[in-house]
This record gives sequence, structure tokens and C-alpha cells, in this order.
Amino acid sequence: MLRYALKRLVSLAVSLAVASVVIFLVVEVAPGDPASFMLGINAREDTIAALRSELGLDVPKWQRYLAWAGGMLTGDFGTSYTYRTPVSEMVAERMWISLPLALYALILSTLIAFPAGLLAASRRGRTSDMGVMAATQLGVAIPNFWFAMLLVLVFAINLRWFSAGGFPGWDDPVQALKALTLPAIALALPQAAILARVMRSSLIDILGEDFIRTARAKGLSPGQALWRHGVRNALIPVLTILGLQFSFLLAGAIIIEQVFFLPGLGRLIFQAITQRDLIVVESVVMLLVFAVIVVNFAVDLAYAAVDPRLRQKA
Amino acid sequence: MTLLEIDALSVSIRGKTILDAVSLRVAPGEIVALTGESGSGKSMTAFATMGLLPHAAQASGAIRLDGRDLLPLSDPELCDLRGRAMGMVFQEPMTALNPVQTIGRQVAETIRIHARARPPVRADEQAAETLARVGLPPDRFPLSRYPHELSGGQRQRVVIAMAIALQPRLLIADEPTTALDVTTQAQILALLKRLAREDGMGLMMITHDLAVVADMANRIAVMNAGRIVETGPTAQVFATRRHPYTRALFDASRHRADLPPATPGAPLLSVDNAARDYPLPRTRPFQKRQQFRAVRNVSFQIARGERVGLVGESGCGKSTLTRAILGLEPLQEGTITLDGLPVTPDAPADIRRRMQVVFQDPYGSFNPRHRVARLITEPFHLLPDPPRGAARDQAIAEALTAVGLRPEDADKHIHAFSGGQRQRIAIARALINRPDLIVFDEAVSALDVRVRAQILDLMADLSRSYGLTYLFISHDLSVVRSITDRVMVMQAGRIVEEGPTDRVLSAPAHPYTRQLIDAAPVLPDPEAAA
Repeated sequence: MLRYALKRLVSLAVSLAVASVVIFLVVEVAPGDPASFMLGINAREDTIAALRSELGLDVPKWQRYLAWAGGMLTGDFGTSYTYRTPVSEMVAERMWISLPLALYALILSTLIAFPAGLLAASRRGRTSDMGVMAATQLGVAIPNFWFAMLLVLVFAINLRWFSAGGFPGWDDPVQALKALTLPAIALALPQAAILARVMRSSLIDILGEDFIRTARAKGLSPGQALWRHGVRNALIPVLTILGLQFSFLLAGAIIIEQVFFLPGLGRLIFQAITQRDLIVVESVVMLLVFAVIVVNFAVDLAYAAVDPRLRQKA
Repeated sequence: MTLLEIDALSVSIRGKTILDAVSLRVAPGEIVALTGESGSGKSMTAFATMGLLPHAAQASGAIRLDGRDLLPLSDPELCDLRGRAMGMVFQEPMTALNPVQTIGRQVAETIRIHARARPPVRADEQAAETLARVGLPPDRFPLSRYPHELSGGQRQRVVIAMAIALQPRLLIADEPTTALDVTTQAQILALLKRLAREDGMGLMMITHDLAVVADMANRIAVMNAGRIVETGPTAQVFATRRHPYTRALFDASRHRADLPPATPGAPLLSVDNAARDYPLPRTRPFQKRQQFRAVRNVSFQIARGERVGLVGESGCGKSTLTRAILGLEPLQEGTITLDGLPVTPDAPADIRRRMQVVFQDPYGSFNPRHRVARLITEPFHLLPDPPRGAARDQAIAEALTAVGLRPEDADKHIHAFSGGQRQRIAIARALINRPDLIVFDEAVSALDVRVRAQILDLMADLSRSYGLTYLFISHDLSVVRSITDRVMVMQAGRIVEEGPTDRVLSAPAHPYTRQLIDAAPVLPDPEAAA
């Protein structure tokens, strides 16, 4: 198990290094010079040159890469070209919204999907299965921003249970969670629909396996066989989807953040791109890549925890 | 006193009759064999007894265990009986165990589920005792082992341990040794026999292989198309074979194809000092990779017109050797030549054209979306100028006719054919380019005895009309005896014995060959039995 984890850890480090080079290169070759953008179209050549040197844009690319990558390792993400504040502070501030929101949505989606998938699989072909399948079909089909507006209309405008948007900060955790609830639901529902379907089909595959029949021959009821021998085996594809979903929720919440006026990472990166704030773009993208890779690492470890064959293979 | 009494049991699924008035008795300590071909209803009888019929199944009649009718019982009542009063062992030990649970836990589960009050420690102790009883002592096979850490035979012992942990009165074994090697099969059969004797357990043994039950079962019931056509004490059924179906089954099991005499010509395939290595997983990071030598410097020749058998147990290297002969994998040492031309993974199409293969699984080796015409003409892409139009149709019709099918079958999809017919199609595909050498890789192992007999006859016929040269790989000595002139016995990557088939199988020189022959179940001669 330890060797498996170490092996994954090495691959994690290599992935990060490769990703940092790619991100740096892609952002660098993208058109648009930050200095001329900041100064406007009427700026004089020498002013632009001065600003470029002030921003550190005049040194060779590889030096800038090393400075940037080295800084990231020590937690120094550089200074935003536009706002002239440390990027790490901007990111940390946004992270306190995006990360809890993603986790909140993920928990909601799991809480909905697992029971729904279990129910549908254990009552395959019956009314409850068809109900779950119809609901998940709908969940996958509905765009989440439209669903988000519907939630605002019903729960914020008509019922007045939640506020329609904005974020009060974490000073009052109850209010903060309340502000994140509608966006989390809007994010979670389509994810839950996908997850429930994966859970159902994975369980149905497992229920056809010989060892479920063996379990029944031992005297287990259908429910016991499903619970004791089905669920853990069915988890492997479900974990894969969960890992993908978390990465998506972290970075992909941009539209929902827009609907609920949440100052999250998605909005930060969107603004930074429009303002050619390259250092912010690079750092946030790198951070997201880091999150995705770490989540995948966690999923790999979870695989090994679930499946003894993987532990040995490594 | 009868332990199990099945009385006029009929089962139908969506109006289709699966079992038709089946009656069967098993006394305590008695071994009753239920035999017949696939689809005859053997397994369905077992599932009905265990109360594990599919949801759509309708059952009538009676199944009495110790006088209590099981059919009207609810599932919770049946759950109480399963595992405690009756246990079941399945065919496929590789998939019958939960891969993510330890063997100890799975055996202890049988105990726990039926005795919730028992403290868990006691269940583990009892599981260890049961595993020791089936030949897996805890000092060598700790309870913490996972199924993937065991061999097929060892897994089957675990499955048996789960079934007998609570010493049930009735044990049903559904083809328990079909997936195992002959020597392992002999051990598992001996184990089942011993357990039935020790516990006074009734054993219902389901098998398609008459030889397996010949010296084991007290009584035999022969099933055909959902009915029991003949039943009686084993010796008597073997001697009289009253029912025509029983006789057909016997004849097919003892069938020997009428192979025309071999006329060996010039050497065709030449394997010289061939060795094949596989890398083993590293035990430490950055360690030099250890190699496992699956084929250890094997040399032999096959002459044109020769029919050669290759036997050995799973893992002996025969599949690896086959892949190398077909030029699918490279050799680490030595050479393989066909007609003097080297066979390697990058050998030109002309070499590949001259070798074709027929695989074991008639269901998995065809693309279900293609029609037969396309399936059997696949080797045409190896020809520099493949026949087109009328010539192609002619070739298809000839190949199909040669294997006993009709030219019209070319337009059908593969799902329209039975297992035996599919194997005929596979042979047609192998024949269509008139190859110099055909490799049959366990090509009749998945077939029922009667179908197997037909395919062996077909091979003999084709040998007569086409003068085939083939390498026949099998674990079944009786088939190899019937269809080859020369045999090679492989063990742990080496060919340990080689010679004329009749000589090797009747007077083996190597102890391993003798071991294989002794372990192989033999059907007694009906005249001698009478």
C-alpha cells in the first residue's frame, strides 16, 4: 500500500512539473501584452518599456518561468499586474468561497446519488427504478444556470428563505452556509443525476456477478448481498466520476458564481483573462491543476483502499 | 430415509418449459450425479432446489428437504435454510468469490449470517477450522488472504469451505471441476467425496462429464431437454444404457475420430531453442526488472501432414508458446521458422497467411456485427490478390460446405448459430486461405460431448480431404488421443515428453505424464462394467 502511494506521489510531482511548463508557455504565447493593455492604446513606447521592466516582463522567458515556479513553491504567487496586490491574497480570499462551495455541492450530490442509485439498482425495472431514471434524465438535461435562476425565483424571491446572491463572509458561518446553499444545490443536482446513473449501472453489473449468487447461496437476503458484496465493488467507477466532478465543481462553477454574485475563483480567472493579468491567470490555472491532480491522487488512494488487487499490483 | 426428494418438478420461464416433471432423490451420505448437455436443465434443477430460480420462473411440483416442501417457502425462510441446511458450490471459482473481501471473512460470513448471537471471534475460529478441513491450513493460508492471491483450485476449496462451514445436510456442486486442470480436478473430487462421507452429507453433483462421476457417484440421473430420461445406480446405468439419449451421450464421450493415417512429408514448422520471458513486477522501486521464463528453450519440429498434440496444465507455457508460433509475440532466444522462413511479430503477410488459428471460445471470437461471409473472409486481407465477386462467393461457399454448413449461411449473423456451428465457422475461417498449418487452441474444450464428437469427426474428414497439418493444444487427454499422431507434454515451460500419441498415453516415460494420465477421469468400458 505504501509503495503504491509513493508511486502515485512521484507521478503527481511529475504531472505538476509538466503542467507548470505547459501553462506558462500557453499563457505566454497568448496574444496581448499586459503592459500596453494597462496603459491604453495612446501610451508612449518608452512608458510601456518602463512598465514592462517594472513588471519583470523584460527578462528572458526561462528566467521568468523559474522565478514564477520557484515562487509558487514557497507560496509567493507574484503580484497582480492590474490590482498591484499579491496574487496569493486574492486567491486565498476567493478560495474560501470556491472550495467550500465545491465540497458542499459534492456532499449534496453524493447524498442524493448514492441512495437513488442503490434504490434504482435494487428495484431494477420496477416503478421506483423508472422514477429515479426519469428524474436523473431530467437532472442531466436541465442547464444548471437555468435551474439556479429557478431556485432564486422560488426560494429567494417568493419564499424569501434565502438571499438571492452575494456572500456575507465567514464571520457568521450559518449565514455563510446559507448563502452557499442555493448555488450548491444548483451545482449538485446535475452532478447527482450523473452519479446516480453511474452508481445504478455499476451496481447492476455487480449484481450479475457470480459472487452475488454465491452470497445468496450462503443464505444472504438480496438486500444483504447487495449491501455487503455489491456496494464496495460498485464504488470503483463511482469514485472515478466523483474525482472528475470535484475538479469540475472547483473551476467550473463560474456560471453559477455569476448567477449568485459570488466572488469565487471562476470569476477571478474570468476577470484576469479580460484584463491580461497574466500572472493571475497563470497562478489560478496552476492552482486548479494542482487541485485536480491532488484529487486524482486521492481517488487513486481510494481505489487501493477499496480494491486489494490494486494494492498488490503496484 | 430420503434427504432430498424432488417430485414432479416443472419450471417454466415466460411460457417456455425449462424443467418437465423432474423427480430425483438423494439420501444422506449418497452421491447422486446429475448429468446431461448444456441447456438440459441440470443447473436449473439445482437453482430450484436452492430457491434461487430467476424471478420470472414459475415452478410446480414439490422439493422436499427432510420432508419439508421448499417451494411454498418465502425468501426469508429459504435464506435461513441456504448455507445452513443446504450449501452450493459453483463452476467458476475465479468469479465465485468477492474480490475485495478476505477469504476468512467470506467463510465466516456463512457462520455469522446464520448465528448472529455467536461472538465474531468464534466465527473466525470456525472459519479457520473449515478452511483447514478443505485443505487450506491457516498457517499457510491465513484468513487475511484475498481471492486473487490463490490459484483456481485453492479458490474452489474456499467456495467449498463456505458451503460446508455449517455442515449442511445437502451439498449441491454445479460443475465444480469443469474450470480446473486434471490434477486439481482429481483433488477437488476426492475432497468432495471425503466431505460427503465424513459429514453424512447428501451430494448432488452436476456435471456434463460422465467420466468425472464414474467412480464417484452412487447413482446417476441423465437429463435431456428438461427431463430425467434415465436414472439408477451408476454401474447399472453405465452397463445397460437403456435410453437412446444415454447411449448417445456415452458413445460421444468415448468417441474416437477416424483419423486417416499420417503421411508426414518435409519439415514445416521448426521451433529451435525457443525461450520467452515476461517481466515480473518490481519488488523495490528502480530495481532491475526480474524476468519470468514462461517457455524454456523448447525445440521441436512439425512435418507437413502431421497432427501434433500439445498437452499440459494451465500456466505450463503452452499458450505463450502458441502465441510465439503464431508470430504474435517475440522470442527472447531461439528461432521459429515456417518452411524455412522466420516467424516473428513483424513477419510479412505471406507468412501469416500460411498459419491460422481456431480458439476455444466460440462465443467471444467473432465480431457480432459482421455477417458470416465477412467473418470467414477476414484472412483474405493477407493475400496479395484476394478473390473478388464470384470467386469470393465461390470460396465462401466451399469453405462453409467443407465444414458442414450451407452456402446460404454466409448472410447470417453469428448469433444465429449454436456453439458447435460457431466452431465450424471458426474452422471455415481458418481453412479459407488453405493454410499450411492450423493451430487449434483448446478448440473443442467448451463444447458438449456430442458436438465435440462431431467437430472431431469434421477434423478427421478435413484431414482426409485437405491433408491438414495442425497443432492441437488441449488439456483433455482423451481428445488428444483421438485426433493426433504425435503428442508433446509440457510442464513448467519445458517439453518433458514427446512421442507417438498412443505410445505416450499408454506407456508414459516421464513421471509428470503419468501423473496427468492417472488424474484424468476415465469412462469405464461398458462391456467390462456389465
